[in-house]
Amino acid sequence: MKQTTRKAAAPGRPEKYPPDWLGMHRMMLLIRHFEESVRSLATAGAVPGLVHLCAGQEATNVGVIAALAKGDMIASHHRGHGHCLAKGANVFSLLAEILGKDAGLCGGRSGSMHFIDLDNGNLGTNGIVGGGIPLAAGAALAARARGGNEVFVCFFGDGALNQGLLHECMNMTAIWNLPVVFVCENNGFGEFTAIDDVTAGPSIVARGEVFGIPSKMIDGMDVRTVFTTTQRAVARARAGKGPSFIVCNTWRFGGHHVGDKQDYKMDAETKRWLARDPIPKSGKRLIAEGLTTAAKLKTLEAQITTQVRDAVDRVRNAPEAAATRLAEHVYG
Amino acid sequence: MVEPRVITFREAVLEALFLEMHADPNVMLIGEDVGAAGGVFKQTEGLFKTFGATRIIDTPISEPGAFGMAIGAAMAGARPVFEVMFGDFMTLCMDQLVNQAAKVRYMSNGRASVPLVLRTTMGTGANLGPQHSQGFYAWAAHVPGLKVVVPSNPADAAGLMRAAIRDDDPVLFFEDRMLYTAKGAVEADIPLVPIGKARVLREGRDITLIGIGRMAQFALDAAKRLAADGIEAEVIDPRTLVPLDQEALLQSVRKTHRAIVIDGAPRSYGVTGEIASIINEDAFDWLDAPVMRLGAADTPVPISRTLEPLWRPDAARIEKAVWTLLS
Repeated sequence: MKQTTRKAAAPGRPEKYPPDWLGMHRMMLLIRHFEESVRSLATAGAVPGLVHLCAGQEATNVGVIAALAKGDMIASHHRGHGHCLAKGANVFSLLAEILGKDAGLCGGRSGSMHFIDLDNGNLGTNGIVGGGIPLAAGAALAARARGGNEVFVCFFGDGALNQGLLHECMNMTAIWNLPVVFVCENNGFGEFTAIDDVTAGPSIVARGEVFGIPSKMIDGMDVRTVFTTTQRAVARARAGKGPSFIVCNTWRFGGHHVGDKQDYKMDAETKRWLARDPIPKSGKRLIAEGLTTAAKLKTLEAQITTQVRDAVDRVRNAPEAAATRLAEHVYG
Repeated sequence: MVEPRVITFREAVLEALFLEMHADPNVMLIGEDVGAAGGVFKQTEGLFKTFGATRIIDTPISEPGAFGMAIGAAMAGARPVFEVMFGDFMTLCMDQLVNQAAKVRYMSNGRASVPLVLRTTMGTGANLGPQHSQGFYAWAAHVPGLKVVVPSNPADAAGLMRAAIRDDDPVLFFEDRMLYTAKGAVEADIPLVPIGKARVLREGRDITLIGIGRMAQFALDAAKRLAADGIEAEVIDPRTLVPLDQEALLQSVRKTHRAIVIDGAPRSYGVTGEIASIINEDAFDWLDAPVMRLGAADTPVPISRTLEPLWRPDAARIEKAVWTLLS
């Protein structure tokens, strides 16, 4: 993706560059196809363990990460394949990792939920709800100590809103003015429990406001809204003005994990959210603006289908981790 | 080699911190009251004045978040020393320690690491009670991916702190507060002490006393008393529990044929059982008696002036145990 290789603006200056809407659309499509393939593989029993898909949440994944510059880092969560891809992970390496193969970026040790990709500025997906939040905040602390001007994004779901870690880190990043953007991907459910049933207070954004952190709730199904909101938060962070909090309202099209029957979702609600699918929405707008044509989008989708299918074929035939590797990399 | 001076344990570790912070700009110190206040035990005095607020970070009382941030800082190129004021508060950091710090290297297939030191205090003798005395090094030692250091004297503590800061893995550094004022010879340039090497504090032929942390000092005291009765005890300080210098312990037992393992934490499911098992498995044929374990009581630490001293082993109890094992 173009935007992952862009240089950061000078500290104190707003980010100025033309948004690559088509590139963002392409990345959302890739994530959707990737997730559909993982779903098929998991249903067929090819994926060891649990797998949590982000289909439906592509606009938050892509819109946020597209607003970052090279050197900026993210910390993801257990529903993190989209973040990994948007941050530059190789499709084959990620898929191989999810299938626990030796050729996976983490040698098949991490799978879907513990994928770490520092070369692409990704502190990792995380099996502990809220676990990535302090990692990104701490990376910001380290950057400040060495005089860097990178920005750090903590992605978390609404399930992490009630973790103490989030509030501790919001407090610390606020008192130290750290360059952090807190991004809550609010898909309405923490596992199988509706967020409203377990969350007190008048609003989610108040959770940031109480620390004096500029906080905003936005439409997480619109990649452009997500991008422009994040862009402002990133510019603020890079200017040394401290953290921001963005709540992206979104929806996971699947269940908590592959195999979840989703009895807790209401049909009408599901229908309403499906109608807001971020990908067709973005496609229509691109066509209306003359940035692409329906035919070109069709070709793009065919290319992505092939790209993902090729990766799946390669991964299926890739070797499993060798027994001799069990005890490697416990210590340096 | 530079002439040694006699300084306290606390001074020695503080000198090690100064040395490493001067040597490497990536070293940071993070904790509660470590900065302007200079540490609740004056163990970080002067660092803030020298290195400033970007490298010496005074945190709010938010151990899980602050320690998690230290891990993130370590993943992003810093080498933080994170201070947990009382070892008991380490429980607040356990998720970060066990699920993040210990596993990053493995989960990333060696592509990422957490070069961090978690420094904490522990120990009885000041009537601090059930929630301000505990040393959870046995818990830490049970988690693959963590290294565990428990020094017993100023020179080792300082040399090991330098080595821990330079280590690319998370190292837990347990300091017994009652040793802070203990004095010892420390060379001015503070030689590095390798992590994973035990030290024979006293040579002897009749019995091996393996003491963890301050217990090694009690074992030395006991050995001196026993010498008056013609018993020559060998005292070994493992210094680091992970990695453990098994060979040094086994060598000693093969010479003396008897061993007592002494620990200042509750005996059940602790370090003494692990070390005794290693000796049983690998030096059984050399043993003239079962390996004995001396540990603290399997109770919380009481605050009472009469009860607290009964809680853990001391020189007199070690001496008594030696006579029991020899008879």
